[in-house]
Amino acid sequence: MSSTFETVAKIISSMSDVPLEDIKPESHAINDLEIDSLDFFDVVFTIDKEFGIKVPLETWMEEINEGKASADDYFIMKNLCEHIDKLVAAKAA
Amino acid sequence: MRLEYFQLIDQVTALDADAASIVTRAVIPEHSTIFEGHFPGHPLMPGVLLIEAMAQASGFLLLSLNGFARMPYLASVKQAKLRAFVTPGSELEVTAKRIHDGSGYAVLDTAVHTGGKKACDAQLSFRIVAYPAEILHEHMLEKAAAVGLVKAGDIYVVKEEG
Repeated sequence: MSSTFETVAKIISSMSDVPLEDIKPESHAINDLEIDSLDFFDVVFTIDKEFGIKVPLETWMEEINEGKASADDYFIMKNLCEHIDKLVAAKAA
Repeated sequence: MRLEYFQLIDQVTALDADAASIVTRAVIPEHSTIFEGHFPGHPLMPGVLLIEAMAQASGFLLLSLNGFARMPYLASVKQAKLRAFVTPGSELEVTAKRIHDGSGYAVLDTAVHTGGKKACDAQLSFRIVAYPAEILHEHMLEKAAAVGLVKAGDIYVVKEEG
């Protein structure tokens, strides 16, 4: 069974020009992988469907804009995957 | 349809909040300068305007579901298929169904039917954000009334006749 990282990396690779092997846990989805905001909506849509969750993207962006969180907190791949795991666990609880 | 004002939906004929779906009616005018150029001797409703009609129907659905509190903006058009020519004077049934309610975005399956046949369809996605200007909010509320939508609690529904 694929890990969350493997699944998310495949989603991003399939929706961009980024080779799968170039996507690392330390990769920043927007800065390193050159995914723009519109592409990221597509990525989130696919993540939502794949994991059966609703990524709170608006809340994350508000927190970043208000300085309560950094973009790294949500868009570094390993952090993104941790948040996805938490959302999946919360839904299952 | 008021093509010159880019207002393509004439009336909302059905709205199902539980199913997140909408049915609208749009009548293409017989005459427009658009048809003089598109094309001489073979006037056709441009495919991109059929897509815009689907986008506007989708917009009315999303607005109705959020009580016209936030503005949807078309973000992407996927797998648009223009299956048949559509001519001036045609009556269209433009439908949309939300297939995903995301955080600050939505994805819909949309279609145009005319003469009982599907003329085009596409998957559209929208960003849903705060109104950038109050005048736009007021304008959209006027549009709601114009197409037959009325406020019912937190959402908008089709105005009952009579």
